[in-house]
Amino acid sequence: MDLFEHQAKELFAEYGIPVPRGIVAHTVEEARAAAEELTGRVVVKAQVKTGGRGKAGGVKVADDAADAERKATDILGMDIKGHTVHKVLIEEASAIAEEYYFSFLLDRANRTFLAICSAAGGMDIEEVAHSTPEKVAKVPVSPLTGVDRAKAREIAAAGGLPERALDGAAELIEKLWAAFVDEDASLVEVNPMILSADGQVKALDGKVTLDDNASFRQPEHEAYADKAAEDPLEAAAKAKDLNYVKLDGNVGIIGNGAGLVMSTLDVVAYAGEAFPGQPKPANFLDIGGGASAEVMAAGLEIIISDPAVKSIFVNVFGGITACDAVANGIVSAFQLLESRGEAITRPLVVRLDGNNALLGRQILADAKLPGVELVDTMDEAAKRAAELAAVGA
Amino acid sequence: MAIWLTENSKIIVQGMTGGEGTKHTRRMLASGAKVVGGVNARKAGTVHEGLPVFGTVAEAMRETGADVSVVFVPPAFTKDAVKEAVDAGIGLCVVITEGVPVHDTTEFWAYATAKGNKTRIIGPNCPGIASPGASNAGIIPADITTAGRIGLVSKSGTLTYQLMYELRDFGFSTAVGIGGDPVIGTTHIDALEAFQADPDTDAIVMIGEIGGDAEERAAAYIERHVTKPVVAYVAGFTAPEGKTMGHAGAIVSGSAGTAQAKKEALEKVGVRVGKTPSETARLMREVMKSR
Repeated sequence: MDLFEHQAKELFAEYGIPVPRGIVAHTVEEARAAAEELTGRVVVKAQVKTGGRGKAGGVKVADDAADAERKATDILGMDIKGHTVHKVLIEEASAIAEEYYFSFLLDRANRTFLAICSAAGGMDIEEVAHSTPEKVAKVPVSPLTGVDRAKAREIAAAGGLPERALDGAAELIEKLWAAFVDEDASLVEVNPMILSADGQVKALDGKVTLDDNASFRQPEHEAYADKAAEDPLEAAAKAKDLNYVKLDGNVGIIGNGAGLVMSTLDVVAYAGEAFPGQPKPANFLDIGGGASAEVMAAGLEIIISDPAVKSIFVNVFGGITACDAVANGIVSAFQLLESRGEAITRPLVVRLDGNNALLGRQILADAKLPGVELVDTMDEAAKRAAELAAVGA
Repeated sequence: MAIWLTENSKIIVQGMTGGEGTKHTRRMLASGAKVVGGVNARKAGTVHEGLPVFGTVAEAMRETGADVSVVFVPPAFTKDAVKEAVDAGIGLCVVITEGVPVHDTTEFWAYATAKGNKTRIIGPNCPGIASPGASNAGIIPADITTAGRIGLVSKSGTLTYQLMYELRDFGFSTAVGIGGDPVIGTTHIDALEAFQADPDTDAIVMIGEIGGDAEERAAAYIERHVTKPVVAYVAGFTAPEGKTMGHAGAIVSGSAGTAQAKKEALEKVGVRVGKTPSETARLMREVMKSR
């Protein structure tokens, strides 16, 4: 889960990391009130979970409360890379002497953690890393030894930070490591980490990604979830413990196993290119290896509640759960939905392959479920589902 | 012959007495794998599924001569289970558990490394490893394929099964599901190296998916070290672009992590990449027939 900047900074503050004073505002009125409370020059910052916000005009300095109101009017509702700005952070303006870059993250390739530090922080850090990689220190950090003050100072020095910033930076970095570990983060990034005119090292921005796998031991992280931004279908699926992602096409997809479903999206999209309107997948839905009747019914329920769906493709490989069990599951799912008054009125293409494939197909053929077509191969089934979506569109 | 798991492998199951552990212990036994016991400190001395339950991995190894462990314990206990297996010095530890926090995986990997990497770790969040006709450690359905001379390494479970099934007339020496988590023990490269060295593997199927740069690194490895034919499949060409937070990821890998980037990297070194799983199977068929 990615955090908003203001959430990241609240988290930093809990670990004693210096951040500017700030107040979140959802309306221009709130923005004005926040600026009045903070007094003096403030910065109005769009709260969106994407980078490139500054370059898109989502961060503006305001001279006073009236100006903050004007700037907030410009920024609220703005679209930044597909993210609508629903709130702004009003923050006291900092007198910046220098801007640095710092992050802790997971280094997948080397299977360890990495500290990245550079004296050349700010908006162009990727360009700096690309054209002058020697200006960006990458220091591996072992989870067994971690980061103490001495190691933090060593990292800051490796990043080329000047002597006068080293003590402050080391303190911030040590605290940031504590946050990274204790909160089960896979990324904490501070860009810029600044040296202020009065010699303090502060986090002027914050990006944090938390590991969803750790939610069992981080119950308080649930409060960070952005419920307002959740797609209603995704929220409904989540409530049923389904792994569902809404996409913008019209072929509903159900499959078992994340890799197979991802592959199904590709195959349907390729097949759709040949048909009018170019049908595309309407969703990603992985019902897991087991593919039980209850989960199948829950999945079908979510998919038929999406009005964009014109056809449905059920793509199951019978491994641990053999195809006859999967077929019985589909039949039960239809009965279950019918008993709830939720008949499936859109055509459904089923591809069953794997263990007991013939038996499974026979069970489905005998059940004569309305609108259900059986196609033996994944490629042909994808083609048929796309064709049906094109006709239904 | 096969890689890492043979007919002589003796398997213990950490978390055998739990629901998943019980179900898959039965399946492994039914497929002919030599499962010799389980580990659960609270049930030491009891018998489960006809097998002895030991208090520790070390004790189980001492008593049974086990050299492979399969881990089914819940995510909260996985780190300690793997560290215990490493401390006992078992040769292969296959971590099936899904949902392990990445800090825990990174820690047990660092721990294994500090201990000299004597234990090969596969996973977490993986289907395991199967050498058809010889042994099976994990949850790969044993009956979808046959023994043969294709090696397979994959990030995804069901795509592994799909390819094993489509190529069942040729059969497999070993199929390794390495898992799709950000940090994993055994990598594509480790499996490629082992298949290249295995006299009973003629060709290799590699399955990847979007995210990270493991496939790009595998491509670089293939160019330098792999002379056996490799056919690949990458899932996720049309997956919606994930939002990238911050700059750190791009600074580290320099790769976009897209399926297209992976496909191009693989094709550049002579690997044929199928557009769909079926086309991938077709390409492998051509390779096997031309031998």
